[in-house]
Amino acid sequence: MLRYVFRRFLTAIPTLLVIVTIAFFLMRVAPGGPFNQEKGLNPVIKANLERVFHLDEPLWRQYIHYLQNLLRGDFGPSYNLPDFTVADLFRAGLPVSLQLGAMALILALVIGSGLGIWAALRQNQLTDYAVVGVATAGSTIPTFVIAPLFQLFFALTLHWFPVGGWGGGAFINKVGPVLTLMLPQLAIVARLMRGSMIESLHAHHIRTARALGLSDYSVVIRHALRGALLPIISYAGPAAAALLTGSVIVETIFSIPGVGRYFVEAALNRDYTLVMGTVVLIAVFIVLFNLIVDILYAVVDPRVRYD
Amino acid sequence: MTDVPVTHVPAEKGRSLWADAWARLKANRAALWSAYYLVFMALLCVFGPWFTSHQFTTIYQDYNRVPPSFSAYPKPEMIDLAVKDAVQRSRVQLAGWEERDGKILITITSAKPIDERMTRYIDRSSVFEGTQVVEKSADSLKLVMSTSVEKQYFYFGTDNSGRDMLTRTLMAGRVSLAIGLLAGLVAVVIGVLYGASAGFIGGKTDEVMMRVVDILYALPFIFFVIMLVVFFGRNFVLMFLAVGAVLWLDMARIVRGQALSIKRQEYVQAAEALGVNRWGILIRHIVPNLLGPVVIYMTLLVPQVIILESFLSYLGLGVQEPMSSWGVMISQGAKNMPSANWLIAIPSFFLTTTLFALNFIGDGLRDALDPKDR
Amino acid sequence: MNMNFKSWLVGTTMLVMGTTGAFAEVVFNRGNSADPESLDPHKTSTVYEAHILRDLFLGLTTDDAKAEVIPGAAESWTVSDDKKVYTFKLRAGATWSDGSPVTAQDFVFSWQRVVDPATAAEYAYMLAPVVNAEDVTAGKKKPAELGVKAVDDSTFEVTLNAPTPYFLEMLTHQATYPVNKANVEKFGADFIKPGNLVSNGPYTLAEFVPNDHIKVVKNDKFYDAANVKIDVVNFIPTEDRSTAMKRFEAGELDSNDDIPTEQLADLKAKFGDQVRLGPYLGTYYYVFKTDKAPWDNVKLRHAISEAIDRDYLAEKVWQNTMIPAYSFVPPGISGYETRTTEYAEMSQIDREDAAKKVLAELGYGPDKPLKMEIRYNTSENHKNSAVAIQEQLKPLGVEVTLLNTDTKTHYGHLEQHGDMDIARAGWIADYKDPENFLALCKTGTGNNYAVYSNKEFDGLMAEAAASADPAARMKKLSDAEAVGVARDLCVVPLLYYGFHTVVSNKLKGWEDNVMDHHPSRFISKE
Repeated sequence: MLRYVFRRFLTAIPTLLVIVTIAFFLMRVAPGGPFNQEKGLNPVIKANLERVFHLDEPLWRQYIHYLQNLLRGDFGPSYNLPDFTVADLFRAGLPVSLQLGAMALILALVIGSGLGIWAALRQNQLTDYAVVGVATAGSTIPTFVIAPLFQLFFALTLHWFPVGGWGGGAFINKVGPVLTLMLPQLAIVARLMRGSMIESLHAHHIRTARALGLSDYSVVIRHALRGALLPIISYAGPAAAALLTGSVIVETIFSIPGVGRYFVEAALNRDYTLVMGTVVLIAVFIVLFNLIVDILYAVVDPRVRYD
Repeated sequence: MTDVPVTHVPAEKGRSLWADAWARLKANRAALWSAYYLVFMALLCVFGPWFTSHQFTTIYQDYNRVPPSFSAYPKPEMIDLAVKDAVQRSRVQLAGWEERDGKILITITSAKPIDERMTRYIDRSSVFEGTQVVEKSADSLKLVMSTSVEKQYFYFGTDNSGRDMLTRTLMAGRVSLAIGLLAGLVAVVIGVLYGASAGFIGGKTDEVMMRVVDILYALPFIFFVIMLVVFFGRNFVLMFLAVGAVLWLDMARIVRGQALSIKRQEYVQAAEALGVNRWGILIRHIVPNLLGPVVIYMTLLVPQVIILESFLSYLGLGVQEPMSSWGVMISQGAKNMPSANWLIAIPSFFLTTTLFALNFIGDGLRDALDPKDR
Repeated sequence: MNMNFKSWLVGTTMLVMGTTGAFAEVVFNRGNSADPESLDPHKTSTVYEAHILRDLFLGLTTDDAKAEVIPGAAESWTVSDDKKVYTFKLRAGATWSDGSPVTAQDFVFSWQRVVDPATAAEYAYMLAPVVNAEDVTAGKKKPAELGVKAVDDSTFEVTLNAPTPYFLEMLTHQATYPVNKANVEKFGADFIKPGNLVSNGPYTLAEFVPNDHIKVVKNDKFYDAANVKIDVVNFIPTEDRSTAMKRFEAGELDSNDDIPTEQLADLKAKFGDQVRLGPYLGTYYYVFKTDKAPWDNVKLRHAISEAIDRDYLAEKVWQNTMIPAYSFVPPGISGYETRTTEYAEMSQIDREDAAKKVLAELGYGPDKPLKMEIRYNTSENHKNSAVAIQEQLKPLGVEVTLLNTDTKTHYGHLEQHGDMDIARAGWIADYKDPENFLALCKTGTGNNYAVYSNKEFDGLMAEAAASADPAARMKKLSDAEAVGVARDLCVVPLLYYGFHTVVSNKLKGWEDNVMDHHPSRFISKE
């Protein structure tokens, strides 16, 4: 197992290198640059800025330079927020995004699985239809509709929560963002769980167990759930990578200082270093969570072996 | 996912996979009604705009953000405002107006002689039509015009620019559905070709091809899509071809897996031994067996693309004006909340119900085509 | 510890003064559309950081509550007879927030830093009137050769290239603020971090959490600290305007510098006179590529321009938060006569008839329609404006297509003078002077997206720059506008900007003004 993990880490290195390369050159061929803005700059001043940020050097040299710095763990300064380095921005924002993402993910997995199992056990009954209906709704209504509705109802009408802001991480400020982040995930998890649970319940060994008079509860927990978990795990990997790195919509609407917004803003602002930083960050998360998924697979399903 | 009782009565003719699947699908009420709804929605969006009596680009200057109503516009209280507006824009003074025999009589005065072209100002207002000069004082300083009220129906209200929401919602539906289908198709075609090739060729080629998929998997999706918008933003067809070209990874993996397992099946190996050429095997055995997962995946992909498009719209990267999509309309409506709520409620309803239907069809198809459940 | 001691101290003082009840800090939560790009006054470029820097620093001159120029770090000044040498007497006893005196040497250091190419200050051109400034920025001369001098610790002398009547006005701009030399040398690029930054304004920097808030606290060493009523200002970035309105409604914000104009009617109904509207010194314009056929034809440019119904744009698209514009320089600059296009006073119908005639003369008609593509950057109202213009030009047989791109692509394209027909742009004044607008039409200026080049216009601008008499100068500028804008349409002015803000009734001393500058030091909160 350890050897497998080690090998996976080794293969991740060329993957990251290719991604960094693609992103670097893709970003540079995009029209416009970090210093284009409504108040256009005088060419002399723009040239000065480009010199300060080494943008006047040949592209290949900038690329080599970037890779060298990256190896030293230096993401460089942000072009559009020169007071901060990219690492500064991540250091400030990542804890926020990780907290929200982790809470949303855990809630989605727990509640979603629960709902899914409940619906599966009552297949084709009212409960089932209700769960499927609500779950489908949750995944079809865009987040940017749910979030303002939450603000209008819970913050402005009921005054239970603040409209927005992080409030230094106060619990009450997290409720809205977490729920909004969670809802679409919860919907997908519930649907997945229901589907795989039904399949699992139909499997021979489960039918046998039930026929032998084992209680529903113990059948579900001991036997059916084990098999049903696999699709959830393979879904949860990429979902975790996406959730933990933040969501631009939730962060913008709830005024949350996470890193999710940088993924969009940096690309739109042509903040080259910040873009590269976000690309590396997400890629690392994806690689990491894919690995975790594979390991979990081996844990849950004894048939899977990695040597 | 419905429990269809399995009949063990030997059929006279072996039921094909497809007939069987179709029977199961028909038995699934939710999926069937969803399919009807989807067809209805598609027809509505394709043909509806021809029957709404409004162009999707026409701006009704006096009807910005009017709420949905089944009675005709203008509402009685709007006439006064419209008269004042029209007269003020023509830079003359309004002496008064009255309604007589279904016609509106407007009297205006000015310090300078009034041009008779003034009627065009009144006509320009979306409230009036057929304006004529009735009476003119000798010194041309006073003018009486008669005009009739032009009735308009806005069943879904109008948007911020004063365009009919009904027509725009339907036009947007065309775009949203087209985007979903287009990107879905592109993803499926690339995914199937890529996955099938990898699976069948196998060996080193397979390894390399799947490495490429792994790498693309780790490429941040949002970044990639934003770059695509930046490059292809002026043409939404091109753009969603491009989006489709990013979404094929899952498809490729699924198809490759299927292909690998099918290749090992006895009947395929038998066919190979019998000297049936590769294409023959592909078409006769492989493709039919792949269709199930592909169709299911496609029904899941289409809503995914439509949601993605709405996300891009929220970021201001959606389709170009004057075209629109449900995503664009919803994100505009969301920015207006809590005022003018029809701007968000109507497109949201269309989008959500359509996605609902697509989801149910996807579920239904999965149940119907799932060989294990047969 | 420090803070505790301070509040204890203030608390006791209040008790001594006989105030009963618990002492509470006055906190002003100020919504600001975006986070600053930088808090280094010499590296800034947006109005959002200007709002914050105005509270942190104090220039030689500064804005009062109505954005009129008042003495700032300089107590008084004298101007030489040729109006080229300004001698500033710094405020006696004025100190930085660390207690060290604000000296003329700090100003010399700061101004040299602004123009130094190594700083790459986006606003280096704010010091362009100073002798050698432009050459230093271009790398042709050393920063030490800049025309500034510390006569003694409290006397700062500036030598200008030519009389510059708006020079004192420019000194209110953040690019001319002083930074503390010892502070910058000690921390290098990190001097702007909370805890490091030493400033000379009414507030000092306490916290900066990107995308969350910037907290500034009252600077007790500020010379006028006694009159500063608000103890803490939190600048809160409010990217999402709809959320900002909800936060304002919930009392989480005391003001916001922007409102979603599409909701204006409802906001007015809800917030009443807390919604503030008024003229703002800026112009929203379109620009033709004037070196490309057929747009090189002035008559055609005018025909399109006059067919655009600006009243409609202002009233319906912008909900009267903007004002129809027929000149580039907005009204509101004293001593300047704006020169409008000749159809400014005509009725819209006459304009359209005139436009139709021109199009017919030029041979455009149903068989040879005029095609035009409008480029605009992503924004709800830019889009609605472009859509409205598209519809307005339809009856004239002009086939308009729209091209929306993200902001960077848009301005990148404009700056490189890429192929286009007409594009949207805007200009907000840095200081109250027509030159700040008209310079955009000079041959070879970076912002001259029209690629407009006219000797007569350039000549008038040069004469204005060389003119010693303010009145004569204004006249020349006015003539330049008549040539470049009103006659040649180097830009197509559409609307004058208006500010649109929400300001809580609890805030007193927030005076509406054309610059939309509101230093927190003049504001109090109940």
